[in-house]
Amino acid sequence: MYGFEAMTFNIHGGYLEAIVRGYRAGLLTAADYNNLCQCETLDDIKMHLSATEYGPYLQNEPSPLHTTTIVEKCTLKLVDEYKHMLCQATEPLSTFLEYITYGHMIDNVVLIVTGTLHERDVQELLEKCHPLGMFDSIATLAVAQNMRELYRLVLVDTPLAPYFSECITSEDLDDMNIEIMRNTLYKAYLEDFYKFCQKLGGATAEIMSDLLAFEADRRAVNITINSIGTELTRDDRRKLYSNFGLLYPYGHEELAVCEDIDQVRGVMEKYPPYQSIFSKLSYGESQMLDKAFYEEEFHYGVFFAYMRLREQEIRNLMWISECVAQNQKSRVHDSVVFIF
Amino acid sequence: MSGSVMLGESSSWSRALVKISPYTFSAIGIAVAIGVSVLGAAWGIYITGSSLIGAAIKAPRITSKNLISVIFCEAVAIYGVIVAIILQTKLESVPASQIYAPESLRAGYAIFASGIIVGFANLVCGLCVGIIGSSCALSDAQNSSLFVKILVIEIFGSALGLFGVIVGIIMSAQASWPAKPV
Repeated sequence: MYGFEAMTFNIHGGYLEAIVRGYRAGLLTAADYNNLCQCETLDDIKMHLSATEYGPYLQNEPSPLHTTTIVEKCTLKLVDEYKHMLCQATEPLSTFLEYITYGHMIDNVVLIVTGTLHERDVQELLEKCHPLGMFDSIATLAVAQNMRELYRLVLVDTPLAPYFSECITSEDLDDMNIEIMRNTLYKAYLEDFYKFCQKLGGATAEIMSDLLAFEADRRAVNITINSIGTELTRDDRRKLYSNFGLLYPYGHEELAVCEDIDQVRGVMEKYPPYQSIFSKLSYGESQMLDKAFYEEEFHYGVFFAYMRLREQEIRNLMWISECVAQNQKSRVHDSVVFIF
Repeated sequence: MSGSVMLGESSSWSRALVKISPYTFSAIGIAVAIGVSVLGAAWGIYITGSSLIGAAIKAPRITSKNLISVIFCEAVAIYGVIVAIILQTKLESVPASQIYAPESLRAGYAIFASGIIVGFANLVCGLCVGIIGSSCALSDAQNSSLFVKILVIEIFGSALGLFGVIVGIIMSAQASWPAKPV
């Protein structure tokens, strides 16, 4: 039950909660997005962004801008804010903040392994990794040939080590296995995060379980849709679904046997919260959820919600920049999710 | 020993309680009045202060206005000090023969109760004002028109401490020790 944490939360978390709420005031609003959508060139975008909080980060860029530079600098801002919060945080908030980045670590690991498989240069891959998911010794991932080596050489020292118990095999890495590995790791990560939040108790546990349940369900549906028509067997598919969330366990049973999108739609219609969002199976609804979790005070959900909202904002900026750079301004509104 | 009750005689626990000196009860009442009030005030101040500092980073304009929340919490500690001073002026010596007279016991209990009333009322009042003050700082940082409205809530909250002080003073006013035998 909530309520009594208000008495002691501020001892360790009061300052940081106030900071993260201040950051939230700096997210781009609908008016900003409207301005950005009407820009003609990337330099216009840079000019509009310099009036927002992204200003100091984009100021020193030389004129022929690329979309990747814009995205990189905005991500840098997110990373700076995250690091500021992390260095001020005490336990258990610091562990909570670190959990938020494990998803990015998993993505980075998979990126490097896939890239190595396709014979790309390690340095190039390292530059493409998401900065929030970096860890030492990430470069040595390029050396591994199969999962067992991957684990033994590199991952055993990282926080991702406990997630590997479900997916160590001696098979060589190839595209299919890597995707399965990614999803298995992500499943273990979500379950671990869920248990951690339950242990924290109080308002944090209640709110985070809603947010994580939505995340788990979203991934389950994504996995289903992406694996329609591939060789992934039904049992394998079911093994990739997390053990919590609104769809667990009956929804998962039904999703596992789906063979095309209409069947998936049929399954989702049995769950009222997901009916309306099914047509835009993207990040739209999760943003509404994230925004709603700013309303309560004195819990850790605000930090998670803030990180997600920022990431969505960066995705929006990337989409807008790409549309402008490729002269396809009519498609700008397709994919931009307005947060405010 | 402790559980045995004989017909017509009070059990030894109640007799033990009655034998505690009324000076003890009075002294504990005075200690609780000031100690627990200050606990409440301090609790409230740190709750509101930590949020205020964090919120003021992005919105420096809120600092001076929101110090009012801290002042309301401080007022709670001042109530505790005032009542403790009043209570200790009520404490008088009685001759040894009168120390367990009903009048003395009544005076001792009155001062004790007054101290507890004031202490705990101020404890919860300080907490209440602190939590509201924290929310006030955070909302003011986002939208400055909210400040005055939330301040009204805080004023109602701080009235709780005042109720405690009023009842405590009335209680202690009738704490009269027995007069010395002529």
